[in-house]
Amino acid sequence: METIIFSLLNGVIYGLLLFMLSSGLTLIFSMMGVLNFAHASFYMLGAYFAYTISGVSSFWLALIFAPILVGLIGAAVEKWGLRTVHANGHVAELLFTFGLAYIIDEIVKIVYGRNAVDYRVPELLDFPLFELFGAQYPAYRIFILFISVGMLIALWFILNRTRAGLIIQAALTHPHMVGSLGHNVPRIFMTVFGAGCALAGLAGVIGGNYLVTDPAMAVQMGPIVFVVVVVGGLGSLAGAFLAAMILGLLQTFAVAIDATFADIFGFLGLSQTSEVGSITIASLAPMLPFLMLVIVLMIRPRGLLGDREL
Amino acid sequence: MNNPIAQSVANLAPTGGQKFRQRVLPLIILAIIVVAIPFFGPSRTVYALLSVMGINIVFALSYNMLLGRGGLLSFGHAVYFGLGGYAAMHAMRAIEYADGGFWAGFPVFGLPIIGFAGGALAGAIIGWPSCRRAGTPFAMISLGVAELIAAAGFMFNSIFGGEEGISGDRMNGPELFGLSMGPVSDVYWFIAFWLVVGVGGMYAFTRTPLGKMSEATRDNPERVEFVGYDPQRVRYLVFIFAGAFAGMAGGMAAVYFEIFTPEAVSLLPSGFVLLMAYIGGIAYFAGPVIGAIVLTYMQSMLSDFTEAWLLYLGLLFMLIVMYAPRGLAGIIFGVTGSFSNGTFSEMIGKWLQQLAGAFLAFLGLIVLIEVSVNWSNGFGEVFEPFGLHLTFANPLTWVLIVVPLALGILILRRANRETEEVLA
Repeated sequence: METIIFSLLNGVIYGLLLFMLSSGLTLIFSMMGVLNFAHASFYMLGAYFAYTISGVSSFWLALIFAPILVGLIGAAVEKWGLRTVHANGHVAELLFTFGLAYIIDEIVKIVYGRNAVDYRVPELLDFPLFELFGAQYPAYRIFILFISVGMLIALWFILNRTRAGLIIQAALTHPHMVGSLGHNVPRIFMTVFGAGCALAGLAGVIGGNYLVTDPAMAVQMGPIVFVVVVVGGLGSLAGAFLAAMILGLLQTFAVAIDATFADIFGFLGLSQTSEVGSITIASLAPMLPFLMLVIVLMIRPRGLLGDREL
Repeated sequence: MNNPIAQSVANLAPTGGQKFRQRVLPLIILAIIVVAIPFFGPSRTVYALLSVMGINIVFALSYNMLLGRGGLLSFGHAVYFGLGGYAAMHAMRAIEYADGGFWAGFPVFGLPIIGFAGGALAGAIIGWPSCRRAGTPFAMISLGVAELIAAAGFMFNSIFGGEEGISGDRMNGPELFGLSMGPVSDVYWFIAFWLVVGVGGMYAFTRTPLGKMSEATRDNPERVEFVGYDPQRVRYLVFIFAGAFAGMAGGMAAVYFEIFTPEAVSLLPSGFVLLMAYIGGIAYFAGPVIGAIVLTYMQSMLSDFTEAWLLYLGLLFMLIVMYAPRGLAGIIFGVTGSFSNGTFSEMIGKWLQQLAGAFLAFLGLIVLIEVSVNWSNGFGEVFEPFGLHLTFANPLTWVLIVVPLALGILILRRANRETEEVLA
């Protein structure tokens, strides 16, 4: 019982973090058709900037300024990088972001070193909030929950209740029509790209000290973010949310299950000592997202809630 | 009656001489070069470098069968390299422990054939779900499959050998061509033989109807369908061949390194082969060859000079993507092409300007990167080119960073603006 409740809480928090990371990418991908390989690198930049800023001032300033900084870098990348490459087609754009991820990784390694930095949870939030079944639950996780839900509501409000949001939604499906109506589509693209990167940066700020801040975090997170976007479906934030939640819960529950293949398929004569039988469900957890990716692309290429195929 | 349709039209088909020059001669030259190299008495280091280059050339060319010729962007090509290599590795162990039977008579020299078969089998199984669509879905599936196989690599120890991988001994079984396969010079002949076979085979593949159809499917799958071909099937067959040649490269690597670890199927080598092919130039058959040579050289030589070589590699890749999408081969063929059509004298001024600009900008970047690397290591080491003592505290450092960088960018912008004026 306690395993289930803890897994549920942790899974929801992880899923929200994943959604924050991938919501920007979903917007960018649906609008420009660019699958941004460097998106997780912006997440990493967010965490490192927050580490630096909270080192010289406080975590709360970092919470505001690190995402803004990351967003500005993202907008600059779109304006002076992606736009030049755009003429050469989608593959060139994809490769551009691939190279960008490479470079950001290396620069981070040079500036901050190869080992994890000591980016900590702020003292104000570093206490156990409540006790469940005799185990303490850290307040910071609930803080992540609040920030994520707040961002979710803000994003929903901006996209559905403001004029800018309506234009963005229109540009998602009919960029040419929006351009014909006199809106500056390149600038919309730049803004959305920047905002998407800022969201990734925000995820980095609050996720970097919850998970770990090291140069490998972008490589670890990057493919999973793709899974969320592709499984959720093109042009659908709701789909991305659903996919992020499913992934978050699936992974946390898989880690919590203490069973091997032999326990489950033992009735087929699979022995505990055989190679397949000794694989634990927990060790499968990192594979689950990719299994989901491949299966979804095979049987439902448009994703869970997508309105068109990739 | 003068039938206008039957009017004499210049025969556009290449003459026998042209065919020979364009299709056979480059391969003969390659064969002569690889045969001639040992007569210069290269050292062990050079032999090792050349062998790795040979492996990478075959690997990069097999990747370009997908990306350049088939228009399929794959992020998991190392899977086939790795699985082919593992197949060859297991065969090598079978040869080692064989007493009689099939494996006892199998020469280590022929292991790339096993790799070829292993890669083809892997391609046939994995390609079936992947090749239904081109473009982004294909890229995503290849990424997912690569991650799955990489994770499985650490799970099935009897196949992949766990963290330490599996290793073998190449000096077993019957000898072929009198090569004991012990010293690197023997292995060089082995690599050279399979390099020529691989390059020749892959070039021949581009001349087959299937090779031509793969280019057509890349350019216009809808029209291919109208002509009566199934694009999905064309992609699938090409995918199998690409996997097979990657597996062959894996077989060569298995014999050369005598060890294979699960890292060989991970995303890192998959990314590296993408860089090799693209930096070399995917539009040309020779492009990946150039890319493989340059990147292998950088990997083994540049990494001795600077820790930041991956950063330089990334920068080179970005420059190619942004400003020279036809790759190094595109630059080379652009220059040689201008000789033959007589525009060389007009273009040379602009090229020299661009070269000078790029060189200056790069100089500034190198100073910045090298000083940063030494500063971040924190061992108190300092970047000291030509006896200069460059730290961030030294104002000269900043002069050396900012002045060449600004000057270089200025020159580049001027050169580009002139081109635009010429075009306008």
